[in-house]
Amino acid sequence: MIDFIVGHYNYWIVILLMMIGFYTVISRGNLIKKIAGLNIFQTSVFLLYISIGNVREATTPIIADGFTEYSNPLPHVLILTAIVVGVSTTALGLALVVRIREAYGSIEEDDIHYKDEDASL
Amino acid sequence: MIEENLSLLLVALPLVAAPITALLPAGRLPWLSALVVTWLSLVLASWQLWVVADGSSISYELGGWAPPWGIEYRIDALNALVALIVAGIGAITLPYALRSVAKEVPEHQTPYFYAAFLLCFDGLLGIAQTGDIFNLFVFLEISSLSSYALISMGQKRQALTAAYQYLIMGTIGATFLLIGIGLVYAETGTLNMGDLHNRLPSILDHRTVHTAFAFMLVGISLKLALFPLHLWLPNAYTYAPSAITVFLAATATKVAVYVMLRTVFTVFSNQFIQVTPTEVVFLLLGMAGILYASVAAIYQPDAKRLLAYSSIAQIGYMVLGIGLGSALGLTATIVHVFNHALMKGALFMALGALVYRTGSTRMNQIQGLGRQMPWTFAAIFIAGLSLIGVPGTAGFISKWYLVLAAIEQQSWLIAIIILTGSLLAVAYMWNLIETLFFQPMTPRAEPVREAPISMLVPMWLLVIANIWFGLDTGLTVGIAETVVQLLGVNGQ
Repeated sequence: MIDFIVGHYNYWIVILLMMIGFYTVISRGNLIKKIAGLNIFQTSVFLLYISIGNVREATTPIIADGFTEYSNPLPHVLILTAIVVGVSTTALGLALVVRIREAYGSIEEDDIHYKDEDASL
Repeated sequence: MIEENLSLLLVALPLVAAPITALLPAGRLPWLSALVVTWLSLVLASWQLWVVADGSSISYELGGWAPPWGIEYRIDALNALVALIVAGIGAITLPYALRSVAKEVPEHQTPYFYAAFLLCFDGLLGIAQTGDIFNLFVFLEISSLSSYALISMGQKRQALTAAYQYLIMGTIGATFLLIGIGLVYAETGTLNMGDLHNRLPSILDHRTVHTAFAFMLVGISLKLALFPLHLWLPNAYTYAPSAITVFLAATATKVAVYVMLRTVFTVFSNQFIQVTPTEVVFLLLGMAGILYASVAAIYQPDAKRLLAYSSIAQIGYMVLGIGLGSALGLTATIVHVFNHALMKGALFMALGALVYRTGSTRMNQIQGLGRQMPWTFAAIFIAGLSLIGVPGTAGFISKWYLVLAAIEQQSWLIAIIILTGSLLAVAYMWNLIETLFFQPMTPRAEPVREAPISMLVPMWLLVIANIWFGLDTGLTVGIAETVVQLLGVNGQ
């Protein structure tokens, strides 16, 4: 049991980060905090991929004499792509927040909702 | 030479053209560049469908790396049909976009607008073309990121919040898909869809595979706007620039249906579906979606919003077809994907014409306009009949197959829900027709003129297609039946 918990410690961290990020996105009304939550959520998935690539008792995937077992480099490469996607999403999200702040003068979800209700009356 | 590289050219062409378009001077040039690219893509997509229509497939190895190590583009009739829908709608939206976009988007933004449009177009084509599931995720994000930017270019400030809301929900959906892909990769060591199809059956009872399936299903359902994950859709469709609403409504959710079909039937398999409650989930959500969204559509104070809710209901029909799990049900889903692109394309184009002349689609602003814009009104009327499913229109064909599929399994409840959905569609379309034609006109300084010819022609091409594919079902049903064979679902 203890072995199971300790042996999978990076997966526990993945789950913890995933829940923190997801909860932040859902529960916060501040648009910047939502983006921060989204970032944590995505980062947890990066960790998941990198953990998957690890092979026990293996070295980094660089060919050298005397080593025959290598960790799988493919998940790392995949996650580089996903990191780029994450950065673009964050940049676009923050740019939208800037525009929202210019248009509404606020980045609180409730305020914005209230102002739209007002405008439609 | 071109035929060998057909599959790649279709993706490479818009991708290369997008940054070039962004660098062009503001004005008509960026539009012209996008127009040429989309029409060339339409030619390539038609050619591709013609090659694979007999049930054969094209395998293209990117960079000469043999699958399953390299990325493979594997084109069969389903990929080719979806690529044709995307390319066709893109090609027909652009002539329409010239006047509409000039009115709604500031001129200095046009190079970026059309560059983002091409990226979105490219992402959707890429999803349709690729045979590698991680590559699919990347294309999904390309199309999503560019569509967030496009939606935010709408005239009203609500466009910004709509784009933001879509960004948050879309990213959660895509990340869920990414988690699912990671878990599947951990179990099988491959990302090639065909290879996954061969390797997964031996480990279908593993809990990781079930978890991966659940993550992927929820992730795709978010992009699909399947009830109850549809919350981003009404705002995004309502506040986006009209041409973008036309394009997204007719393609984005259709491509998501394709991703769902591929994931469920190619990556996993029909055999896997039988041992999980997937079909029940699809049936329940499909039926709930049809009823909820159709009733909600009746009470919308804005015509664009009304049609957005109607789109959510139509997605319910498509999912219902998958849930029935029979060859007939899937045929109905695939035919409806095609037909719904035609009717929603035509309807949103007509609403875009109203926006062009009056600047609004709110019900109290567009009263009585039907008599001053007769061609636009007639287009709404005929496409509306198709949406309801009146015989002689494309909408009838797909609903007919869906009802047949339900009766085949003696699921009377489902058949009744489908018909109720059609009756509710009569109610909400009547709301729109009545407002446009029978209510007194809103007082205005000068009378409203008919939409410009460059907007009417694409609109009417789609309207005529609605009637054409309602009378001649050889192409749509024929290809759908080929596809169903390829997906490995047999008749009962």
